[in-house]
Amino acid sequence: MSAMNTKPTASAASRRKTRLFMAGAFLVAAAAFVVIAAGGINKNLVYYWTPADLHAAGDKAYGATIRLGGMVAKDSVKNRNGASGLEFDVKDATGIVHVKSSGVPPQMFRENIGVVVEGTMTRSGYFQCNRLMVSHSNEYRAPKGGHKMDKEELQKLMRTTEGLKD
Amino acid sequence: MTAALGRFLILASVLVSTTGAIIAYAAGAKRSPEGLRWSQRFAYAFAALMLAATGVMEYALITHDFSVEYVAHVGSTQVPLWVTIVSLWSSLEGSILFWGFILGIYIAATTWINRNDHQEYMPFAIGTWLSCGAFFSFLIAGPANPFLTIANPQLDGPGPNPLLQNHLLMIIHPPMLYLGYVGMTIPFGFAIAALLRGRLGQSFLRPLRASLLLPWVFLTIAIMLGGWWAYEVLGWGGYWAWDPVENASLLPWLTATAALHSAIVMERRGVLKGWTVTLIQASFLLTILGTFMTRSGVFNSVHSFTQSAIGPTILIFLAAVLLFSVALLALRIDSLEAEGKLDSAVSREGMFLVNNLFFVVLTFTVLIGTCFPLIVEAIKGKQMSVGRPYFDAMVVPIGTALLFLLGVGPALPWGKASRKEIQNALLPPLITGAIVLIVGYAMGVRNGWTLLTLLFGGYAAHVTFAQMWLPLRQRLKRGDSFGPALLDAQLRRGRRRFGGYIVHAGAVLVFVAIAVSSTMRTQQEASLTRGQSTTFAGYTVTYIGSEERAEPHRKSTIARFNITKDGKAVTTMEPRMNQYAAMREPVGTPAVYSTIAGDYYISIMNMQGDQAGVLIINMPMVGWIWFSVLMMGAGGLIALIPARRRTYVVVPETAVATGDGAVA
Repeated sequence: MSAMNTKPTASAASRRKTRLFMAGAFLVAAAAFVVIAAGGINKNLVYYWTPADLHAAGDKAYGATIRLGGMVAKDSVKNRNGASGLEFDVKDATGIVHVKSSGVPPQMFRENIGVVVEGTMTRSGYFQCNRLMVSHSNEYRAPKGGHKMDKEELQKLMRTTEGLKD
Repeated sequence: MTAALGRFLILASVLVSTTGAIIAYAAGAKRSPEGLRWSQRFAYAFAALMLAATGVMEYALITHDFSVEYVAHVGSTQVPLWVTIVSLWSSLEGSILFWGFILGIYIAATTWINRNDHQEYMPFAIGTWLSCGAFFSFLIAGPANPFLTIANPQLDGPGPNPLLQNHLLMIIHPPMLYLGYVGMTIPFGFAIAALLRGRLGQSFLRPLRASLLLPWVFLTIAIMLGGWWAYEVLGWGGYWAWDPVENASLLPWLTATAALHSAIVMERRGVLKGWTVTLIQASFLLTILGTFMTRSGVFNSVHSFTQSAIGPTILIFLAAVLLFSVALLALRIDSLEAEGKLDSAVSREGMFLVNNLFFVVLTFTVLIGTCFPLIVEAIKGKQMSVGRPYFDAMVVPIGTALLFLLGVGPALPWGKASRKEIQNALLPPLITGAIVLIVGYAMGVRNGWTLLTLLFGGYAAHVTFAQMWLPLRQRLKRGDSFGPALLDAQLRRGRRRFGGYIVHAGAVLVFVAIAVSSTMRTQQEASLTRGQSTTFAGYTVTYIGSEERAEPHRKSTIARFNITKDGKAVTTMEPRMNQYAAMREPVGTPAVYSTIAGDYYISIMNMQGDQAGVLIINMPMVGWIWFSVLMMGAGGLIALIPARRRTYVVVPETAVATGDGAVA
């Protein structure tokens, strides 16, 4: 074993100290960054729910940004062609939610079609929709009979639906 | 027959790339010149096989050989020839083959250019490239095989994804993206070679930097084309939505940009070697992560491909490369000894460090936001996404800080400087910044971040312009005549520097254009009956009527609007809705009226009888983004043009600013 290995030179020791200091500073900065980013994410999460999930959430549903997926209920659409004031019901197997939307709906929008609406639940009992999306699939699929979608299908719908963005 | 030939070529390329990689690594370990020559031959053979396999697939597509599964999946006799040719990259299997094709070209070209140079590094680099080649050949041969056959072929197919047929940009965007993505393999191979050799000498910096800059140029253009396409086709009047697939293309760009900057400090000061190598490795890993995101179906977005089995395979490859890279770094980073040291924090190189820090923070911000929903779903089984406000809130301040650095960095001198020198460098550009700020305010800008962007943008523009022409001014001062001085300063010796500052000028414009177009945008939705008008943002829009047009592959509904301003006719706009046979939902094509000031954008939401529901958007400066990004790409290319074999002449550094990477 040489002397070099057992007794580090002064400059090597000071370099190690600088390195340690830099690593420490980096860790502190990284930790601070993760805290800020995590906080930012937490505030801006968009939940993917079905009408049943929404009812089950109770008070937690108010205020959060929700992506609600379901079918447009039959005979529920009001003010279809107006530039504003569109209303309709979104339902799944067990739940139904009344939705109010301003703005012109996309071409495909109609009764008994799968939709995803993004917005918030109001305390007045309706869902205020900021973004209305109609099931958008690149591959042609024949519409299923019965107009019933199970939860899994709805979740898939919410993941794959892309439409007008804000 | 065609399919069998394709399968044979792919199997041969698996064999050739694997053998070649082993030979190359062995040649590197033994420092054998003979071994290097053999590994070069294997690299050319791999490229030739990939080229041939792609040729076979194109032949099958053009001859409509529906017995080949991929052709049956994307081909159609109803579509124009150019659509048939580009269907090579319209679906998963073909796009992976196309990937292999580009990888082959990159490997062969880089091997050829360096055939007589950098002999100590080249075997390891070729070994690494061919290992990646082996992985992609394996993907093509197995999980994503486009050459499978169908027993009872149909007479016609559905044609490629209608989105591909709908707009020209969708034809150029994917190849650009692949050229950027795949190209990151080359600097990665060089970086691994430096680590394995335990050395990163000055002469090796040139191929390393060039191999990073070329894919960077492609990626820069590709990201812009993707945004432009979204803007021209998707009809919501935006170009960026923080969609996972968009983020996937941005992530390696951020680390590659950081690496290009740290490479300059490495060149000038001989420090940051390990750091630059780490950034290059990260860029490559992020391209693989991006491929995983877009090709595995874990994310669904407008851009992504359908679910497939290649996801797990890519994930395993990603994990293996990550482990290998980290282990190699841990073992060898100490051998990349720093030759110099940093003198002062308030200096050009100090600002480079801060720049790198911001780019890395930006990368993590986007990475966390993109992957968070995936992790939550894997652990808790709950579905959610991270909303746009997160990205905006995090990225806007960091981006603004980067723009600030873009101005301050190049203004500061290298090394230690006196307080007086620093003041003289930093204060004058403030005047330009203030002027731009005031002009913006007078034109109605009120958003705080946008005003800050204008101030920093004006500052950075001043510094960039001054630095861009500095070598010329120095030569003129020295008494050179204008013509030769211009040629030498900007295009010959100073070309790299000049190119770098053109990139910076483009970047400044991009920052300003993004800030202005996103905060000054206004929109209105309207439902118009035939003959009815609405006035928005100074223009009066009158709905004239609609017509149907049938083409072989689609049916279009075209709505016509007359646009007038103060009673004078301006233009006619014709947004349309295209209905493709293979798609339930119509694909819209908004109409855009562009002027220097900005875009007027009309998108049809729905058409029923006499009524048209439209979205009208007024977006200032948006066209500047496309132009400025092209300028960044052009600057990168200027910096990239190889210098003639230099005969080194010693010039005192203080006398003339040369081309050697002085850009901050």
